[in-house]
Amino acid sequence: MSIDITIVWAAIIFFGVMMYVVMDGFDLGIGMLYLFVPKREDRDVMMNTVAPVWDGNETWLVLGGAGLFAAFPRAYAVLLSALYLPLILMLLGLIFRGVAFEFRFKAPDVERHIWDKAFFGGSFVAAFFQGVTLGTYINGIKLTNGEYTAGAFAWVAPFPLFAGLGVVIAYSLLGCCWLIWKTDESLQSRMRELAKKLSWLILFNISVISIWTPLSNQEIAHRWFTMPNILWLSPMPILVALTMWKLSRAIEHKHELSPFIYSLCIIFLGYIGLGISVWPNIIPPDISIWQAAAPIESQRFALVGTVIIIPIILIYTAWSYYVFRGKVRAEDGYH
Amino acid sequence: MLTAQETILGFNALDFARVQFAFTISFHIVFPALTIGLASYLAVLEGFWLKTGKQVYKDLYHYWLKIFGVIFGMGVVSGLVMSYQFGTNWGSFSEFAGGVTGPLLAYEVLTAFFMEAGFLGVMMFGWNRVGRGLHFFATLMVTVGTLISMTWIIASNSWMQTPQGFSIVNNIVIPTDWWAIVFNPSFPYRLVHMAMAAFLATSLFVGASAAWQILRKQDTDAGRVMLSMSMWMLMFVAPLQILAGDMHGLNTLEYQPAKIAAMEGHWEKLSEAKTDKGMPLVLFAIPSQTQEKNLFSIEIPHVSSLILTHSLNGQIKGLKDFAVEDRPNVNVLFWSFRIMVALGSAMLLAGLASAYLRYKKQLYTSKIFLWAITLMGPTGLIAILAGWITTEAGRQPWVVYGVMRTKDAVSLHDVSTLALSLALFVFVYIFVFGIGVAYVLRLIRKPPVTHEGDEPIGHDNIRLPVAIASEFGGRS
Ligand code: HDD
Ligand code: HEM
Ligand code: HEM
Repeated sequence: MSIDITIVWAAIIFFGVMMYVVMDGFDLGIGMLYLFVPKREDRDVMMNTVAPVWDGNETWLVLGGAGLFAAFPRAYAVLLSALYLPLILMLLGLIFRGVAFEFRFKAPDVERHIWDKAFFGGSFVAAFFQGVTLGTYINGIKLTNGEYTAGAFAWVAPFPLFAGLGVVIAYSLLGCCWLIWKTDESLQSRMRELAKKLSWLILFNISVISIWTPLSNQEIAHRWFTMPNILWLSPMPILVALTMWKLSRAIEHKHELSPFIYSLCIIFLGYIGLGISVWPNIIPPDISIWQAAAPIESQRFALVGTVIIIPIILIYTAWSYYVFRGKVRAEDGYH
Repeated sequence: MLTAQETILGFNALDFARVQFAFTISFHIVFPALTIGLASYLAVLEGFWLKTGKQVYKDLYHYWLKIFGVIFGMGVVSGLVMSYQFGTNWGSFSEFAGGVTGPLLAYEVLTAFFMEAGFLGVMMFGWNRVGRGLHFFATLMVTVGTLISMTWIIASNSWMQTPQGFSIVNNIVIPTDWWAIVFNPSFPYRLVHMAMAAFLATSLFVGASAAWQILRKQDTDAGRVMLSMSMWMLMFVAPLQILAGDMHGLNTLEYQPAKIAAMEGHWEKLSEAKTDKGMPLVLFAIPSQTQEKNLFSIEIPHVSSLILTHSLNGQIKGLKDFAVEDRPNVNVLFWSFRIMVALGSAMLLAGLASAYLRYKKQLYTSKIFLWAITLMGPTGLIAILAGWITTEAGRQPWVVYGVMRTKDAVSLHDVSTLALSLALFVFVYIFVFGIGVAYVLRLIRKPPVTHEGDEPIGHDNIRLPVAIASEFGGRS
């Protein structure tokens, strides 16, 4: 066969996870921003900007899991078992934030604060542990005789925890910029202020992670500083700096949509960097995508549907965003 | 830290993983069972409204839509946990059988979950943003999504019950025939039985809320329509469900005879059976796994032979025909099966009673009947849980029947980690879903109001989402 189907699958999973980060990222960010927005009406508006779409956004996470299960069952088994506690905590966080969408509006007035907290806390816990998972993953999942032996608490280490904070900040920035686009007046200007601070924080975070990763991880240092990867990576710092600059200008000039686009670009750049650091492994540092791949019969069967259906999904997802386009305001509820 | 072999409260790592799976899936299944049924109900209501233009259907649509939203939300978050749990807790199973169950789950995500989620927003919040036809289309897509979702997951589960269409190479399952995998021998029976179970559970839920409202002197047209529709459903589907259950049982007898023997409380070896007496139906018994007999029992002669072999004296294998380590837990199966069948019979009776009262024109006035229907509200869900416990506990000690044992399927976590995660799940589920159920009950306590959908703010200080509120009020 001329195309290596395993590479296609790796690309699909990479794409699926990226869609998740992009789409659920701003949802979770909005949840975390609840901390800075005490007013009931503002909170209603914030939630309503994503209420019709959050479920679809989260489904990309399910696809990430199921796609991994289908195409790389070994990676699904090993990674999910190795990352047990952070993943369980992430799932529990997602439960709180998911039910908050419905419960918050059904609760009696005296109970609403519970679901405000659930929305904030659930979003924070989910985002933080996604970052912790990511940090542990980058650090490498060492196997002895095919079994993971580092223990249930290997993630309690400086780098994963810092990565957790990184994801919290990144998602908050996305949420902030999304709200700049979808709201107006006082809430919008509030978000502009926050976005400025968050973009400084994220710049700091990206810098620290970019220096820390190769220092703490020889494997990755080796990957980064050899050909041809170095060619891919060398424009990265420049692109990040450029995007950061564009972002801050866009916020300064009170643009509405472009801050969101630039913040997406920043996330995207970081994500590409991650991909290069790991490729072609799926369980770093030792197991490659080919070693973890499902039987070819399984990959082929699942691929047929995937390539046909994903474009259709993208079309109706876009349609649903289109239906709910425009600003969301308090007085008239939805727009 | 404790290793996988040590125990906490007598539970080792395997036990914890099993309890955790059973606990989380038991919560999950309750919500999809209702969303499968309610989505179809909503589609019917909207269709009727579009066709007849009668206000009552529109009112009912908006009334049940709110409830559907809450239940769907709980279904989504509990399902998310399930899709990760195969990897987090059953790593060896996932590596071994992921080649089959992985693609089935992936297809479920692609063909069902995205579709439900993508159209749910329009269904819930889009009443004023799209035309009537398009809104109805969104409702239909969500409905179809729930049914497709059920189909894939039942295919996957049924394959684990009656596996075929694969070979084993290097200790990994290699799919060889996808058609055979999906259409495995128990799949059609389980699918039909599950689909009807979802419809029954929903009709009992809807019927009970209507009956309760009428009893509390909140007798509205909408309440009567609810009761009437759900009783039609019960009347037709309850007998069909029993028929399907019987056929399902015969299928299980063919492929998993040990499960049937345990469900029946039947011990005797086939070779030693007295063929002139036939097998009695054991109504009640205290089966003892260690003494290999029923300590006490009430039996009806020949009936079991009649049901299972369609002849008076037919015989089947008893538990003693299977090695001790291949037997499922008799007590669990015996009782969970009886609970399901007893509730199924009660539903049949309720359906017949509704037909009689309808004919007598007392459907909405007979106090006894309304009370009975109210009390039966949760029985559909209880029967579903009992049925699944029968199915899953009866598959033991196998996770993939005859191919992989449950004890070989589990991830190697130490006991303390699993005890911690189980405790977290129990705490969070009871808190979150307990409150969720309370909110649902609050919603169904108030009867539907006319022009419900046309009012900006809900009643009884139940605030609607600003979005819902405005889309009805914001229009002129
Ligand atoms: C409203 C729910 C409901 C009702 C009233 C019944 N069932 Fe059921 N039953 C289910 C809901 C269910 C279920 C939850 O949907 C199960 C679990 C797996 C499955 O496919 O269906 C099930 C499983 C199940 C099995 C297990 C088969 C296996 O997995 O090997 C048998 C033999 C029956 N049923 C038979 C019956 C009979 C004879 C009934 C007659 C009264 C009956 N069921 C009523
Ligand atoms: C262990 C097995 C199961 C897994 C891994 C699983 C996974 C999931 C997931 C991830 C979701 C959320 C989808 C979304 O994001 O929209 C979900 C919802 C759903 N599941 Fe399950 N599920 C399992 C068992 C079942 C069973 C047994 C049924 C029914 C027969 C079922 C039917 C549904 C339906 C209809 C939905 C959509 C409606 C709702 O969310 O309430 N699932 N499931
Ligand atoms: C259709 C999707 C389902 C799949 C793929 C599935 C799969 C599994 C797996 C992998 C286990 C763990 C291994 C084991 O102990 O057997 C299990 C156990 C169990 N499941 Fe399911 N299950 C499904 C649906 C359900 C539902 C809806 C229930 C509802 C009550 C249920 C009840 C149980 C119980 C009680 C156990 C523990 C059995 C025992 O350990 O004796 N399952 N199932």
